[in-house]
Amino acid sequence: MDRTQMLLAVAIGLFSLGLLGVIVRRNVLVMLMCMELMLNGVNLSLVTFAQQTATTAGAVLVFLTFVVATAEIALAIPIVLLLVRDKRTLDLDAYSDLKG
Amino acid sequence: MPGVLTAIVLLPLLGFLLNGVLATQLGGNVAGKRFVTAVGCGLPLLAFALAIKSVLDLQAGGYVPLVETAYRWALIGRSSFDVAFYFDRLTAIMVLVVTGVGSVIHIYSVGYMAHDKSFGRFFAYLNLFLFFMLLLVLGRSLLVLFVGWEGVGLASYLLIGFWFDDLANARAGKKAFITNRVGDAGFLLGMFVLYQAFGTLDMDRINAAFGVGAAAVVPATLVGVLLFIGATGKSAQIPLHVWLPDAMAGPTPVSALIHAATMVTAGVYLVARMSGVYLQAPEASMLIAVIGVATAFFAATIAITQTDIKKVLAYSTISQLGFMFLALGVGAYGVAIFHLVTHAFFKACLFLGAGSVIHALSGEQDMRKMGGLARKIPVTFVTFAVATAAIAGIPPLAGFFSKDEILWYAFASTQGGSPLLWLVAAATALMTAFYMFRLLWLTFLGNSRVDPEVEHHVHESPLSMTGVLVLLAVLSAVGGFIAVPHFLAPQLPLPAVHEELEHFETPLLVLSVVLALVGLAAAAFVFGGPPARAEGLRRRFAGLHRLLTGKYFIDELYERLIGEPLVWVSDRVFLRLGDRRILDGTLDGMAALGRRGGALLGRVQTGSLHLYAWFVALGIVGALLWSWHHV
Repeated sequence: MDRTQMLLAVAIGLFSLGLLGVIVRRNVLVMLMCMELMLNGVNLSLVTFAQQTATTAGAVLVFLTFVVATAEIALAIPIVLLLVRDKRTLDLDAYSDLKG
Repeated sequence: MPGVLTAIVLLPLLGFLLNGVLATQLGGNVAGKRFVTAVGCGLPLLAFALAIKSVLDLQAGGYVPLVETAYRWALIGRSSFDVAFYFDRLTAIMVLVVTGVGSVIHIYSVGYMAHDKSFGRFFAYLNLFLFFMLLLVLGRSLLVLFVGWEGVGLASYLLIGFWFDDLANARAGKKAFITNRVGDAGFLLGMFVLYQAFGTLDMDRINAAFGVGAAAVVPATLVGVLLFIGATGKSAQIPLHVWLPDAMAGPTPVSALIHAATMVTAGVYLVARMSGVYLQAPEASMLIAVIGVATAFFAATIAITQTDIKKVLAYSTISQLGFMFLALGVGAYGVAIFHLVTHAFFKACLFLGAGSVIHALSGEQDMRKMGGLARKIPVTFVTFAVATAAIAGIPPLAGFFSKDEILWYAFASTQGGSPLLWLVAAATALMTAFYMFRLLWLTFLGNSRVDPEVEHHVHESPLSMTGVLVLLAVLSAVGGFIAVPHFLAPQLPLPAVHEELEHFETPLLVLSVVLALVGLAAAAFVFGGPPARAEGLRRRFAGLHRLLTGKYFIDELYERLIGEPLVWVSDRVFLRLGDRRILDGTLDGMAALGRRGGALLGRVQTGSLHLYAWFVALGIVGALLWSWHHV
């Protein structure tokens, strides 16, 4: 198993861990953190492929992902704060007001 | 260039606008009765004066038709549609009758409608009618004529339903309008055919085109029949005559002006105006003659048994219009116009006289509740008697001359005259004399059958009404000496007569006088004698009497054949199937589909974010698997 394969395996592991966390955990903050984990997995795969093909596009895209992730979390945290102020809980099951 | 002719047409319109805005609810009734009278009567009189001036101009110009283009209506490609006015001998007579008789009826209305709360509205409508009627007779193009044609229909509708509080009046107005639409469809088709063939609707050009053998382009018979269908609607001929008797729901001056003297003669004018077409269409002319004489005959039979004074006059009008069409059908166009003129005089006089009677009797119209009025309202009686004698054809009054000429040409014209037509027409003339003198007897002579309560108030009408009656009675008496056919002859030549029949002229003349006198004598015998005599007659012919009082049950027949199927189709097909089932059903179905689909899909929205995340994950996996297999 060479280095590239190992790095990709780690990336898949990170991503799967994050996805699993989003699906099974009920705490909103934890779910957000899991989403960051998924992003990191993707970033890792991006830089791996960039190195393998000796291009810079992948590495540049990682910086874009960082910026977007920062902006996203900067919006998500206040939303979570507002939700918590409304319902006094971080449990996701409490937030089902739009249920059809 | 707009000039006198345009002014003749526009003056009544101005009257309509002034009275319609200032003297009705619309403008808050700011104008008083004096203003309404001055505007409503003054402008038609002015139009009459201008009409006389135009006739003098026409004479001075050697009878070359005056043409005025007032306005270019539309320019489509190379065809231009102008509002142009055309003034020749025929127009001259029509305009003089319309403005002249129209003006005196306006004056009469001042007295008749004095106590009506919608005085201003009435005069506004009357002026509107006059405007459209003048547009009709002055228009050079069939299109302008048609605008006038529809406009007088509108005015007629408004005036029949003038007292619309009573539902029956409103219904009568509707009936008149709808019946006319049937005829108008024919008229429109005729116009389409003509336009397609000639690219113009100017009537003088169309006549000229037919004169030089345009029959190859479009069959004259087709055009003739289509236009005649229009005429049957407006002029109340079989089978579209049913609206006119009901139109008597309007105020009596309206009946005199619109439903006797002017509007209903528009069909006669149309056929005379398009004589160039009919000269080339012997089949259409024969149809006109047959319809005319049949209408004259059947309407006269109905008139014999009617008891409402205005209904008798209405059927008499239909009958006389039938005479005019008979004359048109045998090619005697000038004679038809002659009868139109004399009929305008005596029928206006009769209607206005009837109005005076109704006025005197506080609204009573049933002849069974009249009688012996001669001494109480003498002016009305004398004028009415003169007009009755005129319509009955007693010499030397107006009706004698015109009717006799119609009978003569029906007998001897080379363009379709036949002894059979004469026979039916002569029988009609006899009945005319009979029912008119019956009317005179039941109303004015014999013993009074008036309610004592009403009798108390019987009074002669004011001068504005009696003066008009006297004027019209004088015209009815001497109108026959106006040589209308002679005046029109250069434009509408009289048909040739069969030479071998010429020696019949004097005997037939004597015979028609005898017929009128026989009618008079019969009416005097039946209705002048004891009431039992008329009663016995009625009992002997009970079945016939029922048929006639029921007006041959044509209204009922139309109701069965047209009205009820139409209601059935409208209700079952259009309302229940089309509207409710198909239209509403489609929309309801679409709404239900949306609602059910929404309910079904709404179940997916559980509100659980985890489930959504699962779906997303499954989606991703599915997409990956798919791309694995396909890339």
